[in-house]
Amino acid sequence: MTYTTLVVLAGTSLLGACSGLVGCFAVLRGRALTGDAVAHAALPGVCLAFLVLGERRLPEMLLGALITGLLGIATVSALRHMTRIKEDAAIGIVLGVFYGVGIVLSSFIQKQTTTGSKAGLDSYILGKTAGMIVQDVILIGLASASCLAVVLLLYKEFKVVAFDPGFASVQGWPAFRLDLLLMTLTAVTVVIGLPSVGLVLVAALLIIPAAAARFWTRRLGAMLCLATFFGGVIGAVGTLVSARYHHMPAGPTIVLVGTSLFVISLFFAPRRGFIARILRARRTNWETFAPGDEAVGVALASRVGRHQERPDV
Amino acid sequence: MNTLTSAETPSHVAAPRGDEAVAPPPVLDVHDVTVAYHRKPVLWDVDLTIETPRLVGIVGPNGAGKSTLLKAILGLVPAASGQVSVFGGSLKQHRKLVGYVPQRESVDWDFPVSAFDVVLMGTYGQLGWFRRPGRKQRIWAKECLAKVGMADFARRQIGQLSGGQQQRIFLARALAQNAQLYLMDEPMAGVDAATEQVVFELLQEMRDDGKTVVAVHHDLRTVPQYFDDVLLLNMRLVAMGPVAETFNQENLRKTYGGRLGILDEAGEALRSQERSA
Repeated sequence: MTYTTLVVLAGTSLLGACSGLVGCFAVLRGRALTGDAVAHAALPGVCLAFLVLGERRLPEMLLGALITGLLGIATVSALRHMTRIKEDAAIGIVLGVFYGVGIVLSSFIQKQTTTGSKAGLDSYILGKTAGMIVQDVILIGLASASCLAVVLLLYKEFKVVAFDPGFASVQGWPAFRLDLLLMTLTAVTVVIGLPSVGLVLVAALLIIPAAAARFWTRRLGAMLCLATFFGGVIGAVGTLVSARYHHMPAGPTIVLVGTSLFVISLFFAPRRGFIARILRARRTNWETFAPGDEAVGVALASRVGRHQERPDV
Repeated sequence: MNTLTSAETPSHVAAPRGDEAVAPPPVLDVHDVTVAYHRKPVLWDVDLTIETPRLVGIVGPNGAGKSTLLKAILGLVPAASGQVSVFGGSLKQHRKLVGYVPQRESVDWDFPVSAFDVVLMGTYGQLGWFRRPGRKQRIWAKECLAKVGMADFARRQIGQLSGGQQQRIFLARALAQNAQLYLMDEPMAGVDAATEQVVFELLQEMRDDGKTVVAVHHDLRTVPQYFDDVLLLNMRLVAMGPVAETFNQENLRKTYGGRLGILDEAGEALRSQERSA
């Protein structure tokens, strides 16, 4: 294994682990698509940073991405609170508009400037791990460590706000601000993932480990650990596969590896898995088999399903 | 505005006349609260005072603003105008004295937590930032679970519980808050008979401990049995006072309009009230 591969491996595993951790709260809070909005809203930021700098410098371009990404979240929030537009529609609007602006800017850069072709803007759309250097890995490491520190410190607060924001407010927790902090963690994770996984697929990296982990456990703490682990494994395996077979881009490979893990979880997880549920339903004469009771297609649709009411016993 | 308050409370708990200084501040004082969603008013000028510990039932037709009233008191929806004070101070000052039982449908029951975890959340308010619940909080949470008869279900994932059991978990979480004033949104909606009995006994016990419970209630027939006071609401506060005086045909007609089915239900309740009297 070459040194370059090792660097990339470290970067993508860290990125996967961080996405897994942060993704849990996004998925449980029904905010899985926020990551997608941030990713698309980040493109104009990347382009603007390049226009200002005149050259490709990763940290500054990611800072630009973070700024417009957060602006995207703020716009979603404003649309939701100030108009009657629902969250999914607001995300759709923001995602489209920001991405459109980003594409216009990026074609402008590529046509107008002599350095345009060197901007590597294409890699932000589909992802490219080959160019990853030690500094990039350090950046990913720092961001992941910050996310981990915040989650460890505010575990209790995030837990109660994610489960029941109304109750949390009554207890005096600033539910809205804690929610914003969670969304900021999501935005940071998405942005550091942009160069390697690409804006189209980075949201999937956020959702898949959490959705897969949800099948194996009934405890939030265990889900966080498991999703972090799954994320790391997905990142590493995806990178290795894409390094082994040429012409396999890393981003899509990582996501496909993640999907395999998700499908395995979907079928084979004890208790919540599809097969376990069918067996159980057969044993209890279909009594407890309530469709929609546990996330199947729901998890695929990136939201953890509302629980189907069972009759009182 | 038809507001019946301290004047109607039994004399033995009322403050000495003409000596305002020693009277304890009212448990809850809601002054001229108006709430609007998208500029459409849902609550209009609600004025109410609860002086001493008691069980208050809020009734009214669908869309009367019952949940909204609770949420406005708790600051969960912004009030267009008006003030709320609890125990003579702002809600911010007395957060630890206020408990809340939201509607059961308001949360995702597939969330990966156990019944015990949810009850433990009730202690978070006392803990403050960053501190994790310790032994003391765990023991207290277990006691609260036992009080609602759910000690054996502590380790269950909340999605595996029946509707009634879920409601009891919410009540146990509220008990764990160890508050003095509780606002409950339909604590008996869609629960089994056993749970309804548990909730009823718990409310009595809480009142006897000097706590106040304000609960949205959907079943007119059980109002006289469960509550001391009733608050009739239909966007405006129609009437509030002791059940025996306030829960009558006239006020119900004002609240529900001409919906005869409801009035029959209430009539039945009134008759059974008279029989037991």
